[in-house]
Amino acid sequence: MEDYGSQALRRLLEALSDAVLETHAKLGDATAQIDASRIVDVARLLRDDPDLQFEMLTDLTCVDYIEQEPRFEVVYHFYSVARNRRVRIKARVAADVCQIDSLIDLYPSADWMEREVWDMYGVRFEGHPDLRRLLLYEEFEGHPLRKDYPKERRQPLVGPRN
Amino acid sequence: MAENADRAHEALAEDFERDLHTERQILNMGPSHPATHGTVKFLIELDGENIADLDIQVGYLHRGFEKECESGTWYQAIPYTDRLNYNSAILANIGFCMAVEKMLELETPIRCQWQRVLASELSRIGDHLTRCGAACLELQAMTPFLYGIEARELIWDLQEVLCGARVTSNYVRIGGVKHSMPDTFPAQCRDHIAKIRELLKDFDGIVTGNRIFVDRLKGTGVISREECLRYAVTGPILRSAGEPLDIRKQEPYLTYDEIDFDIPIGEVGDNYDRYLVCVEEMHQSLRIVEQCLEKLQELGPGPVDTMDPRVRWPAKGRVFNQMEEMIQQFKSVTEGPRVPIGEVYFAIESANGELGFYLVSDGSAVPYKVRCRPPSLINLAPMPGMLRGALLADLIPTFDFINMVGGECDR
Repeated sequence: MEDYGSQALRRLLEALSDAVLETHAKLGDATAQIDASRIVDVARLLRDDPDLQFEMLTDLTCVDYIEQEPRFEVVYHFYSVARNRRVRIKARVAADVCQIDSLIDLYPSADWMEREVWDMYGVRFEGHPDLRRLLLYEEFEGHPLRKDYPKERRQPLVGPRN
Repeated sequence: MAENADRAHEALAEDFERDLHTERQILNMGPSHPATHGTVKFLIELDGENIADLDIQVGYLHRGFEKECESGTWYQAIPYTDRLNYNSAILANIGFCMAVEKMLELETPIRCQWQRVLASELSRIGDHLTRCGAACLELQAMTPFLYGIEARELIWDLQEVLCGARVTSNYVRIGGVKHSMPDTFPAQCRDHIAKIRELLKDFDGIVTGNRIFVDRLKGTGVISREECLRYAVTGPILRSAGEPLDIRKQEPYLTYDEIDFDIPIGEVGDNYDRYLVCVEEMHQSLRIVEQCLEKLQELGPGPVDTMDPRVRWPAKGRVFNQMEEMIQQFKSVTEGPRVPIGEVYFAIESANGELGFYLVSDGSAVPYKVRCRPPSLINLAPMPGMLRGALLADLIPTFDFINMVGGECDR
């Protein structure tokens, strides 16, 4: 079996070993846990390195591990069209900081996906020029995909704006 | 006298050609506009008749898909996936179930895989028919829309035979499909394929060379290959820009590596190319369906569900007579399968592009995290760039061929 994606991890470890905390390739998904403050460096390397060439940021989401510290895990999925390879990058963000650098300058696809993560989890993306809610409305209270947001919670009624 | 008249005439002509500066105007379009088949609001800044800037506001159909999935069992999430893209529900079923199977490291029986391919290609045709048909309708052409819908009706008839439901199918199970196809299905399917080909021919005849249709589509909503990659755009939009990226070929899942089919690509990446790519994809899907039918008939009857006790429900006859099976049935229904601790990302090629599921399990019977990577949402993001400077009228076909589906975009 071809070692799927782990070449990418090897290159990442070579170039930015101080930013990478842990790697694994369970179930064939190459994954690297990185230091959240280095996300832009990692993404730039993934995009620009001739051995990596991850042109696409296909997905960006967040997981709320409410009982763990740091609480939030921002998950990025990159895809290389040239090499037909995927890699997953994860970065932990503490609940009191709740902030990570935006990738919008490197990958414009991060625009809406970062807005969605802000909307649903309340994680701020530093450097995003227009961090509005994406799916919900301005007056919505709280961030519904957090584990401490009860499913049954009602929102106050919002009247017309003008 | 004559001189004066000439001068007056000249001044008039100058006035006529002068570029009149008009104030920019904000136009609200939507959320329920008759010319868009999707619930979305466009906030358009108009300079005359041209779009100066565009803000797309999505989320009107948000119903908390992910939150809802994270509070039920793994099985209970499947009907919700139906409601993502209601044009091709089976594709979302398959995407979710295969992601769970990847987590369970579960192998599905060969017949199940071929049936899934068959069902997903039928869904893809249905989705493309809706896209092309509705686009015609919104460009004021009723007849081709009816051809498209008639063909989609045939697809839905086939889905009804296959799984009992027409739109929200709930056909796929973790480790299998609901049941094997009826004996009458292959003959009916071949009959319908012939009818669909006829309808596609009619559709092609009335639309593809139609002067109005071509004028409104050619050169509008252009996006380059590089821009597509920067915005992570996938599916027919990326392929129409000239990049032959299709997960069915790049990372073949199910039995796509055994099937003979081609990936159509476009050249310029405008709406017309997108239309042509979609039409050709429908023909390719029909080819795939035929190959699936042949293969399934060659395989003959057999199991379509895995025997793995973690997800399999015991046979009904035994449930009523054996204690152990009774208990297992009870556990399966009330608790559902437990999925080992871990995380997984699995993507399939849906009709709109890469439909991915990122799942996290904490080892219990309830998913810890269900993330759907919605191609509709991500393909919609570069739309302002595609339309800046274009006419307001270009927004309609561009939006149609992006094929944003509210259910999937807003989740």
